[in-house]
Amino acid sequence: MSVINLQNVKQSFDKLSVLKGIDLKLEPGEVLGLFGHNGAGKTTTMKLILGLLEPTAGSVKVFGHNPHDSNFSHHRYRLGFLPENVSFYQQLTGLEVLAFFAKLKKVDSKRCLELLNQVGLGNAKDRKIKTYSKGMKQRLGLAQALLTEPSLLLLDEPTVGLDPIATQEFYVIVDELKSKGCSIILCSHVLPGVEKHIDKAAILSQGQLKAYGSITDLRRQTNLNTQVVFDGCFEIDELSTQLGHTIDRNDEGFFVVSLSSEEKLDAIKLLMEQPGLKNIDTRPPSLEQLYKYFIEQDHQVITFPHEVTSPNEVFEIGGAK
Amino acid sequence: MKASIAVAQKEFKDGLRNRWLIAITLIFAIFASALSWFGSAAVGSIGFSSVANTIVSLSSLNIFLLPLIALLLSYNAIVGEDEDGTLLLLLTYPLTKAELLLGKLIGHTAILAIATIVGFGSASLTIAIFAEGVNLVELSTAFGLFIFSAILLGMIFISLSYLISSWVSEKSKAAGLALIIWFFFVLIFDMALLGILVATEGQVHSELFPYLLLLNPTDVFRLVNLVNFETNGTGLLSIASEQSFSLSGLMLSMTIWIIVPFALAYYRLTKRPI
Repeated sequence: MSVINLQNVKQSFDKLSVLKGIDLKLEPGEVLGLFGHNGAGKTTTMKLILGLLEPTAGSVKVFGHNPHDSNFSHHRYRLGFLPENVSFYQQLTGLEVLAFFAKLKKVDSKRCLELLNQVGLGNAKDRKIKTYSKGMKQRLGLAQALLTEPSLLLLDEPTVGLDPIATQEFYVIVDELKSKGCSIILCSHVLPGVEKHIDKAAILSQGQLKAYGSITDLRRQTNLNTQVVFDGCFEIDELSTQLGHTIDRNDEGFFVVSLSSEEKLDAIKLLMEQPGLKNIDTRPPSLEQLYKYFIEQDHQVITFPHEVTSPNEVFEIGGAK
Repeated sequence: MKASIAVAQKEFKDGLRNRWLIAITLIFAIFASALSWFGSAAVGSIGFSSVANTIVSLSSLNIFLLPLIALLLSYNAIVGEDEDGTLLLLLTYPLTKAELLLGKLIGHTAILAIATIVGFGSASLTIAIFAEGVNLVELSTAFGLFIFSAILLGMIFISLSYLISSWVSEKSKAAGLALIIWFFFVLIFDMALLGILVATEGQVHSELFPYLLLLNPTDVFRLVNLVNFETNGTGLLSIASEQSFSLSGLMLSMTIWIIVPFALAYYRLTKRPI
């Protein structure tokens, strides 16, 4: 049974249509990356899954039940959520805040200390939240989401404010939970580093899923070129003619040639025969490139809603400087 | 219910940490002691005069102080959690909106109740120990009723706070509305009633008129504390003396004043966009 099943879900607020028919499925132990620009509908999708909103049309099922139902309550013990920009209770200490959430989920208070150590807040547990940095609040947020060893974890911008080492530690936790069968949704627009940890990616734009599937699937759909990066001593012009593509140099000083997936293998064979070759590497299109491709494929320029900022204002502010 | 207790404990701890509890207790203790000893300074004597006088002047003071404190204590109960993002998080927990609101009411009431009991209780103790010729039974029943009704009055304004807090979208609006509510019940309402009385030269339905006092919880509170004394209320309250209200009736009216705003606050919370 799917942990999450969204069928043709539509959501509108007044006249503003935020989601225009979304289908999503998440199986046990799967990690889904939900990507999209600001206002694409990521947070709305999360809220629907959490049962905080009722869809205008379509059906939302979590653990096979409607999360907006009042009798969904006992399934909430199995559910962990890390909201974006949460700032807890300023006057309480880290441990007190976590103990409060533990009590609501009927979790033993011993688990709190264990979790605080796991997220690296062991030394700060008795300090008041108002002295916490953004990264520390983020870690505390993560700790409360993990209180019950959840079967479903929703993380909204989980790595914002975390330093590179903490980010790495975060992904270790994600991989560990996944191996225990926990389904996870990572909602983000920070893409580098996330692709190794997700099974599926969903790219949302203007309330619609522009792409949905494993990264390999998405690569196949796009036909974006793979970059072959190599280093050594060559007769560049001759090599370029043999490959049938121009060779560039990248920022690191290596040679780069951009090839379609069919051309790739022949080109690598050719390069391997070169006596001057010192190093060779292939770089398939990154998630960031895929994301850009799917967002821009129908040539939609990302426009901000008018009431927030009009492009003219941005230009004027920039021009005035 | 366990979830409500957890919320209540959190609110109580928060109140301790912000020094709300200690501040309110001190304010009550100082004002109550000062009033009981210097309350009759206007008539030329210093020292404890009588239980009746003390309670009447304490309740006049209390209708200014207590609603203000209760409103300040709880005006950001919902809107504050919303702005911090914790409301969104709490609603994903196995916790219903009713349990959340009830837990907050228990926690805030506990803070106010302890402050009231300790603050006014210590004043009554000083009277019992230092004043001469006090009827201890009269003193303790009067103060007991006073403290109990003060807690109810506090709960009324906490409920009103929740109604504001679950309605508006910004903390500053909630604070502004809380002050307006305070101003309305403490100052405007009685003045308006007096105005009507004077303008119509007392020709308003005389049986109906006292009941209008029940529409203002601060007046109900003052009536409760007059019931056991011979003294008639001053000003507007004197009109109620012809129509005598029973203590249980007044208590019922205070309870309704807690339940109705609280139920409306719950309704607003269920309709609040998250």
